[in-house]
Amino acid sequence: MRPVHLPSYSRGLHPGAWWLWAIGLAAAASRTTNPVILALVLVVSGLVVAARRSDAPWGNAYAAFLKLALLIIAIRIVLQAVLSSGAQGVTVLFTLPEVPLPEFFAGLKLGGVVTAEAVLRAFYEGLQLATIICAVGAANALASARRLLRCVPAALYEVGVATVVALTFAPQLVSDAARVRAAHRLRGQSGTGLRALSRTVMPVLEGALDRSVELAAAMDSRGYGRTTDSSRVDRRMTAVLTFGGLLGVCVGVYGLLDASASPLLGMPSLLLGAVLAAGGLALGGRRTRRTRYRPDPWALPEWLVAGSGLVAAAGLFVTGALDPGVLHLPGPLVVPPVPWLPVLAVLVGLLPAVAAPAPPRSVRPSVRSPQPDKEEVAA
Amino acid sequence: MIEFDDVSVTYAGLSRPTLANVDLRIDEGELCLVVGRTGSGKSTLLRAVNGLVPHFTGGLLSGRVRVDGRDTRTHRPRDLADVVGLVGQDPMDGFVTDVVEDELAYGMESLGLPPSVMRKRVEETLDLLGLSELRERPLATLSGGQQQRVAIGSVLTTHPRVLVLDEPTSALDPQAAEEVLAALTRLVHDLGLTVVLAEHRLERVLQYADRVVYLPGGGARVVDGDPAEVMEVSDLAPPVVELAKVAGWAPPPLSVRDARRRAGGLRDRLEGLRVARSGDAADQVARSGRVEAPQHSQNPPLDEVLGRVKDLVVSYRGVPALRGIDLSLCTGEVMALMGRNGAGKSSLLKALVGLVRPASGAVDVGGHDPARTKPADLIRVVGLVPQEPGDLLYADSVAAECAMADKDAGVPDGTCRELFDRLAPGVPADRHPRDLSEGQRLTLALAVVLTARPPLVLLDEPTRGLDYTAKRRLVSVLRELAAAGHGVVLATHDVELVAEVAHRVVVLGDGEVVADGPAADVVVASPAFAPQVAKVLSPLPWLTVEDVRTALETAS
Repeated sequence: MRPVHLPSYSRGLHPGAWWLWAIGLAAAASRTTNPVILALVLVVSGLVVAARRSDAPWGNAYAAFLKLALLIIAIRIVLQAVLSSGAQGVTVLFTLPEVPLPEFFAGLKLGGVVTAEAVLRAFYEGLQLATIICAVGAANALASARRLLRCVPAALYEVGVATVVALTFAPQLVSDAARVRAAHRLRGQSGTGLRALSRTVMPVLEGALDRSVELAAAMDSRGYGRTTDSSRVDRRMTAVLTFGGLLGVCVGVYGLLDASASPLLGMPSLLLGAVLAAGGLALGGRRTRRTRYRPDPWALPEWLVAGSGLVAAAGLFVTGALDPGVLHLPGPLVVPPVPWLPVLAVLVGLLPAVAAPAPPRSVRPSVRSPQPDKEEVAA
Repeated sequence: MIEFDDVSVTYAGLSRPTLANVDLRIDEGELCLVVGRTGSGKSTLLRAVNGLVPHFTGGLLSGRVRVDGRDTRTHRPRDLADVVGLVGQDPMDGFVTDVVEDELAYGMESLGLPPSVMRKRVEETLDLLGLSELRERPLATLSGGQQQRVAIGSVLTTHPRVLVLDEPTSALDPQAAEEVLAALTRLVHDLGLTVVLAEHRLERVLQYADRVVYLPGGGARVVDGDPAEVMEVSDLAPPVVELAKVAGWAPPPLSVRDARRRAGGLRDRLEGLRVARSGDAADQVARSGRVEAPQHSQNPPLDEVLGRVKDLVVSYRGVPALRGIDLSLCTGEVMALMGRNGAGKSSLLKALVGLVRPASGAVDVGGHDPARTKPADLIRVVGLVPQEPGDLLYADSVAAECAMADKDAGVPDGTCRELFDRLAPGVPADRHPRDLSEGQRLTLALAVVLTARPPLVLLDEPTRGLDYTAKRRLVSVLRELAAAGHGVVLATHDVELVAEVAHRVVVLGDGEVVADGPAADVVVASPAFAPQVAKVLSPLPWLTVEDVRTALETAS
C-alpha cells in the first residue's frame, strides 16, 4: 500500500475532502430543526477540528466562527422577543412595554408579551444556522482555502487567482487599518466617530491599491497568462458552458436542499449542470498549458473523510423522506425526540478524527533567532 | 546581455523624460549597480529591462531595449519571464501564494514546465539560497531577509539569465542584508547570472559591483563604467569613498579592506594629532569634545530626565518581546536603539507612546503613563514618527496636513507649516503628501509630530529609503532638535547614521539590553555595528568622515 493511503502517515489532507465533509455536515444541519441532532452536528464538527487542525494560522478559524454562531443565536432570540406576537404561543414568559406603531405597519408589533414558544422556536432556528456556520468554520480551520484554490480546474484558473489575491488582501487590510489607527493616536486623536473612520479608510484603500498594482506587475513579470492563447470562439464557448453549468448546479443544489421545492428542480438540473460544467472545464483546460507543482493526492483517507460527511447528509435526507416528524418538532415546547438513524449518521461524521492523517507539525518558527539561517548561507 | 540603445522614457502627464538618451551595455555575468537619488529614474531603468516599462506602466519609450537578443518592444514582460527575473522593493507585495515552496514553483507553473523539472529545481533553489528549513513555512511568518531570499528564489526557478533587484537590502538589518548579498554574489560567481540592482545603501553593495551606472537625474547624461571611476564623479558615495576624497586617495577604494590597506599613512597622521592633542591643555580637550573625538558626540548634560522605563515587559500573545528593560531618556540626548529585526526596538518605542500596554513594569514619560493618557494630552509629551511616515498623513495637500496638525495640537495656525518650511524649505503647499519624496514625507511627518512640541521625539527606522542627500538633511535636523533640548530616540539599523548623530547607543537582543553606552564605545566594539570609517581607522576612535575632515583641517 502506498503511504498516502495510510491514515497514520502524517500529511495535509486534500482540502477538497475537508470541504466535502463540512458541506455534508452543513447539508445535514439544513434538514432539521431538532436541537438534539443540531447539537450533535455542532459537537462532531468541534471534535474533529480539535483532533485534526494544524498549527497554521488558519487553524484558529473555528473559534471565530463559533463566536459568530453564538452571536447569531443571540440576535435571533432578541429580535424574536421584541417583535413577537401573542399568536406564537400561550406560555407567556414576561411582557415588554409595547411601542405603538402607525397603521402602516399592520401585522408588526414592537414589545408586548414574550412567549416561551416564540423564544424557543427562535433558538432552534438560530441553532440551525449556527450549526451550518460552524460546519463551514470547521472546513476553514482544517483546510487552507488557498490549497483548495490550487485545485480549481485550469479553466477557472483566473478566477482562482483573483480569489487568492483577495484572500491575501483581507488580512493585510486589517493590519493596515490597525497601523493607521495607531497613527491616529500618535496625532492625538481618540479615533472614534465618523471623521476618524474616513481618515482610516482613505490611507488603507490607497495602500491596498498600491499593493495590487505591485502584485499585478510581479505576476506579469513572472509569466502569468503567458501560456493561455486561444481563439475568441473557444473562450466564449468555455465561458458559456462553464457558467451555464455552474448555474445549473446551483439551482440543482438549491432544489435538493430546500425540501419544499419541486422534485424536478433538484436532481435533473444538478445533473445537467454538472455535465455542462464538466464540458466547459474540459474545453477550457485544453487551452492552458500551465502545469501544477506537487498536486495534493486523493487517496483512501480523502475518500473516508469525504464519505463520512456524505453519509451524515444522506442519513438526514433519508430520514426526511421516511419520517419527517422527528426532524421538525410539532411544537417548540415538546421534548425533542432522539431518532436513531440521523444520530448514527451524524456520528459517522466523527470518522475523520481518526481516519484523516494527523497534519504535519511544523517546527515552531523561532521568529526571534534568525541565526541558523545565516549559518546556512555561510556554509 | 542587456542593451539600451538611446532609450528615453516619458510618462504620461510629465513634460520631461524620466530617462533621457540612455546607452548602456551590460555583459553576461556582470553585477551592475544602479546609483541615483530618489526620483532619478532608477526604478524606471530597472523595469525597462523586463518590459514592465512601458507595457505595464504606460508612458512612451523611445529607442530600443534588448535582453538576450529579445526586443522588449515585441516581448511583453510575461514573454521575458524565462530570461529576466525581477524582484521588487518589498518582497511581500510580489508574493502570489502563501507558502515558500509554492511561491518558488509559481513561475514555473506559469511557464508550463513538467512536474519532474519543477520538483528538481525547487529542491536546487531551496539549497542554493539556504531556504530548505523554511520550505513549508507561510510567507508572512518569515523575517525580512528570508522573505527577500524567497523572492529571489521564486524568480530563479525559471532559470533566468538576468536578475533585476530594486533595493534588495534597504529595509533589512545588517545581518539580513549580508544574507541576501551573500546569496547574490554566489549566484553571480557560481551561475554566471547577470545581476542589475539599485540600492541606496552603497556601503553595503559597492564592493561587489563590477560596473556602476550613475543616474544624475534631471535629464543629465547617464554615467556608467568601472565603479571606482564612476564614484569619483558621483555625488552619492559611501563613507569609504568620501574618506578617500578627504585623504586624497585616487582612484577611491570601494571596500573597507582596500581602504584599510591604503590608510596606513592617514592613521599615523591622526594618531599623531591625537597624541598631540591629549597632551594639550584641558581647555582644548573641552573644546574638541571627547579627548579624541568630534564635537557633536560630546555627552550632553544629563540633568533632566524626560522618560523612564522600569522593568518593562511587553508580550504579544504570551511571547515576550521585551524582557525587563531599564532605561532613562534625557534632554538633549540622541539615543540610538539598535539590534536585529525582532529584537524589540519597535515594541519599546510603542510602549513609550502607549500603543502597547506593558505586561509588567512601568513606563513614565514626563510624569504620564502613556497607555493611560488621552492621546490629545500625550502628544504634548512624546511624539513618534512611525516606520511608514505616510501613516501619519491623510490630508490631500501639505497645507491641509499642516492645518490639521495645528488643530490636533491646539496651537496657533501656521505653526506646523513654519516648522516644515524650516526643516524642508521650498515644498509647494498644494503638493499631495503621496507625491513628496521619501525624505520630504519623513520631514512632514516629523513636523506634524513636532507641532505639539513634545520634549521627547521618537523615530522608527527613519532612514529607510532615504538617499545620502536626504540623510544628511535628517542628520542636521536631528542635531538641531537635540541642541534645542529635545530628547531623541532612533530605532535604526543604519550604523552610519548612528555614528553621525547618536550620543548614546542601546543595543537590544532578544528583548533585553545587551549594551548601553556612549556611541563611540558601543559602535566600535562590535564589528556588526561599526561604521565604515571606524573599520578603516580602527583602533583609532574616529567614526565619521566629517570628524576626520575636521581633525585634519584643524591640524593644518
